[in-house]
Amino acid sequence: MAAEELTLLGLWASPFVIRARIALNLKGLTYVYAEDSIYNKSELLLKSNPVLKKVPVLIHDGKPVCESQVIVQYIDEAFPAAAGAPILPSAPYDRAVARFWASYVEDKWFSTWLPVFSGRTAEERVEAATQVVAVLQTLEQAFKECSKGKAFFGGDTVGLVDVVLGGHLGWLYATEAICGVKVVDATKTPLLVAWAERFCALDAVKGLIPDVDRLVEYNKTRRAALGLPLLLPYAELQQ
Amino acid sequence: MAGGDEMKLLGMWASPFVLRVKLALSFKGLSYEYVEEDIVRGKSELLLKSNPVHNKVPVLIHNGKPVCESLIILQYIDEAFAGTGPSLLPSDPYERAVARFWAAYIDDKMLAAWMQASRGKTEEDKAEGKKQWSVAVETLEGALRDCGKGKPFFGGDSVGYVDVVLGGLLGWVHANEEAFGIRSLDPQRTPLLVAWSERFGALETVEPLMPDVSRLVELGKMVLAREAAAAAGASN
Repeated sequence: MAAEELTLLGLWASPFVIRARIALNLKGLTYVYAEDSIYNKSELLLKSNPVLKKVPVLIHDGKPVCESQVIVQYIDEAFPAAAGAPILPSAPYDRAVARFWASYVEDKWFSTWLPVFSGRTAEERVEAATQVVAVLQTLEQAFKECSKGKAFFGGDTVGLVDVVLGGHLGWLYATEAICGVKVVDATKTPLLVAWAERFCALDAVKGLIPDVDRLVEYNKTRRAALGLPLLLPYAELQQ
Repeated sequence: MAGGDEMKLLGMWASPFVLRVKLALSFKGLSYEYVEEDIVRGKSELLLKSNPVHNKVPVLIHNGKPVCESLIILQYIDEAFAGTGPSLLPSDPYERAVARFWAAYIDDKMLAAWMQASRGKTEEDKAEGKKQWSVAVETLEGALRDCGKGKPFFGGDSVGYVDVVLGGLLGWVHANEEAFGIRSLDPQRTPLLVAWSERFGALETVEPLMPDVSRLVELGKMVLAREAAAAAGASN
């Protein structure tokens, strides 16, 4: 059988793209990664995702799949011969629980965190980061319930929630450098902090989580491009 | 239905999310006990215990175990009762991805536009919401035209996941114009969607479940009036 053609359109800093790449790696799938441009979206992107015009887009044998969680589930379902454990569990109830927490990360986590990136004032950024700490505490509880003492939200192997939350780890680690609020705090969320370290060390994840310095720089450049007030990263203010 | 399965749905008569679940259960031919939550006077102990994170309906409790979030409940029903009644999601992974994409679009873009158009804080906000609503509706018309390929439903020849996800909103789509000044579906601009809504609404499994549009209008107006009073009070 001819090798299946897989291309992923992405942006290195996007947590949503990172999710898709982790899923592809977990399944041992070979793919072409094409870095797109946020300032000058490619023809291929606009043609493949005409509705939302966003990355990630997975193109499988010419057919585009859009939206990171849809892509992750597609990767889990479309390659029965692929290596790696299933990303979603088999029991319907367990799948519902995994989807619930993945949805929580999508809706609650990201919208709470976003002002850290694009808040207009330093106060807004600090307030958002403070609320992120509360969200992380809920996720700490979720981890306890989902992992049942094992290494990942998915149990012994990486699951949907691991991938969905894991994509955000770079930005999570960068939050303190951006606005001065400690969000990765082993005194408050010990299980999550340990999980994050474990997750980042996985072969499927190595090299995908961008460095804090790169992300802090990216935040500055992106804010300028969006016409947002210049707010020096906390890390720079301390120098 | 399989013997020994106990199903309870916690809901609220006007909720489009709850309606989606009722529609799915109806299509699958599954029986359940329905519990109407009084959101205004106070959510039940059972609701707060079953959905501690969001405290929201719908919650489907199956043999004592709660499932929350309408799209998750729909997929749960489809998977847990795979042998019963028709499937909501197609079996082909690519078609499933397309169905999930449109469900996500409806929840992220369409609903967000509706919220902004109806409950936006300023007139400018609402106007922008109405504009986005029109964009979303026209995009779905495109989806029906291009993905639907002339079939009667988003799911093809029979009702599928996207039909149910969008179908839950139909009562409000009809009530929107009178309640919030959001234009209803226009047969000139979105003929396929209008035809789809009539076809879907007339189905035997759907028709009895649809909420009373005039009651929805009344509720919508009441919610707006309450918000206006609160805003006026707050500015004094």
